[in-house]
Amino acid sequence: MSIQLPTYPQPDERGRFGRFGGRYVPETLIPALDELQAAYTEARNDPAFLNELERLLKDFVGRPSGLYLAQRLTEHAGGAKIYLKREDQNYTGAHKINNCLAQALLAKRMGKQRVIAETGAGQHGVASATAAALLGLECIVYMGAEDIRRQALNVFRMKLLGAEVREVTSGTSTLKDATNEAIRDWVTNVRDTFYILGSVVGPHPYPAMVRDFQSIIGEEVKVQHQALEGRPVPDAIVACVGGGSNAIGIFAPFAYLPEHERPLLIGTEAAGEGVESGKHAASVAGGRIGVLHGAMMYLLNDDEGQIVPPHSISAGLDYPGIGPEHCLYSETGVAQYVPVTDAQALDALQLLTRLEGIIPALETAHAIHAAVNLARTMRPDQTVVVNLSGRGDKDVAEVMRLLDLGREQDAAPTPRTPEVLA
Amino acid sequence: MTATLIPTTPGAARLHAAFARAKQEGRAAFIPFMTAGYPTAQAFPAVADALLGQADILEVGIPYSDPLGDGPTIQRASEQALAGGTSTRHTIALVKELRSRHDTPIVIMTYVNPIYAVGPREFMRLAQEAGVDGLILPDLPPDQDLEIADLAAEHGMAVTFLIAPTSTPARVKLVAEACTGFLYAVSVTGVTGTREGSALNEVPAMLALARQYARVPVAVGFGVKDAETAAQVAQVADGVVVGSAFINAVKAGQDVGALAASIREGCTQH
Ligand SMILES: Cc1ncc(COP(=O)(O)O)c(C=O)c1O
Repeated sequence: MSIQLPTYPQPDERGRFGRFGGRYVPETLIPALDELQAAYTEARNDPAFLNELERLLKDFVGRPSGLYLAQRLTEHAGGAKIYLKREDQNYTGAHKINNCLAQALLAKRMGKQRVIAETGAGQHGVASATAAALLGLECIVYMGAEDIRRQALNVFRMKLLGAEVREVTSGTSTLKDATNEAIRDWVTNVRDTFYILGSVVGPHPYPAMVRDFQSIIGEEVKVQHQALEGRPVPDAIVACVGGGSNAIGIFAPFAYLPEHERPLLIGTEAAGEGVESGKHAASVAGGRIGVLHGAMMYLLNDDEGQIVPPHSISAGLDYPGIGPEHCLYSETGVAQYVPVTDAQALDALQLLTRLEGIIPALETAHAIHAAVNLARTMRPDQTVVVNLSGRGDKDVAEVMRLLDLGREQDAAPTPRTPEVLA
Repeated sequence: MTATLIPTTPGAARLHAAFARAKQEGRAAFIPFMTAGYPTAQAFPAVADALLGQADILEVGIPYSDPLGDGPTIQRASEQALAGGTSTRHTIALVKELRSRHDTPIVIMTYVNPIYAVGPREFMRLAQEAGVDGLILPDLPPDQDLEIADLAAEHGMAVTFLIAPTSTPARVKLVAEACTGFLYAVSVTGVTGTREGSALNEVPAMLALARQYARVPVAVGFGVKDAETAAQVAQVADGVVVGSAFINAVKAGQDVGALAASIREGCTQH
């Protein structure tokens, strides 16, 4: 029996999650989006496609990823049991590969030989380049100049995998601008190019399709939590939110449960130097409704409609918007979105590393911080599942630079002890 | 342009009249584009004056931080204008100032986010007060948001949506029927910007399709850069839009008025 892709009550047939989402793109792309939607609808009902996807997720990616009880982190927090959903165990190191393989399979099925992708942290770029190499597709990845600096290791991996990395120097030279450039490429080459979008953002059907491909994360949690705890639904789930794909992947299978059965769903937004500082990427806490990259969502933009450059210590969260389904969850109270600062994330990264021997991605570290704080307020018979969206290999050089900077300023002889451990 | 043309608003009537005048003179309407506040807020009015001296309709772009449908030329112009302090409300003020000196119809090109940020109703009120005749909305397929078009009409303005070579007949019909000012046909699959050689091969077929449904004049833009490419387009279209070529000319310190005069000449229909 092959896997099934879940169906959810949102979005509506126009691609709206409530008032969010939609298709605000140049007319050139509308027929391509219709074509994509038709191809996806057909593929998701075709056992041949689903069998191939299942085979790759199992044998190539290594799914299912573990649901691991973090014993020492749990003791440290002193409350609910903290489980880690180990997306860092996936081949290529993050949840991004789930979606990339599925979209690349779809590209191949649609007869498109050229794929393009945008990337911030480089994880989506690496996953796209990997899927392209596996399936024999030409791959071009757009990446901001600033992110190319921060993520040199991933840039090299993409090139090694045979992808062309195109440096983007417009705007803020980060993820938002790489996304603009990828969309412009798609507008130009739409007839023979498939755009592998990396998160639950962009025009319909991307937010719905990427969610469906990522919801394997939450579906596995149900089965694993049942085996470990005797019930399928944890008490709380925490995940970091850039565009929001790892968070939707673990939230969606629970988000449409009746309210009294639903776990507490917490998304962590990158608060950078603090929401008040203006240097952050917290679109719910510090943004307002607007349109970017083809969808209506919470967005960092000024009162003239110009996008406000976001800031985060982690390239993968450095995005001025948040996926439309998250906007609906936030507006209706299905999930809550909390800001976590750069400093808190850096501390949480060290905390998890020292207590559990797991170096998380800087993105993921935002979720770890909130999960520890939350678990502390809960009972020992309760559970918190953190989506461990990716591993920190890509970030070690940047973290080393940041901790060294801190050391110079503090004139301290050794790396400082994380605040939460002190 | 067809005999059944019914202007729905004062703005639409003024745009239709401009197309009709050009036609009487044996030309396709010449529609130059310039980014507001480019090269600087101070220098922009003189550039706009030079274009208005030749234009049948002037298209003024609100500089935007994330212009999805634009190539590098207009994108860089937007960045420069934004850095100089020109944004949404300032663009409308610049148009108001041009209006006090010129009778030529003026339309505003804008992505939708600035409209939502100012508030659709407030945006339309300001634009109407400034004498804007119409709006061109490159990232708003007409079936996305019916409120914008309704509000524009309520405020006396026309709206223009776009079709592309990839548009299916059903899409062309939907877009054409939603346009009240003119229909804007994008000549290529791609973003704005001049191109090597002339890549206008897809235009005739697209226009033939558009004319089956359009009750308004049909203009063509993207990639038109000189009198020669304008002449090609003018054989099949009611109007010719030229943007990046003028930004390049401003950047190079060339005589914008002279370039505009030569392209206007190229718009002659045979
Ligand atoms: C490890 C990791 N986690 C999270 C993210 C954020 O993306 P999303 O919010 O779509 O999961 C990224 C993005 O690059 C990432 O690499």
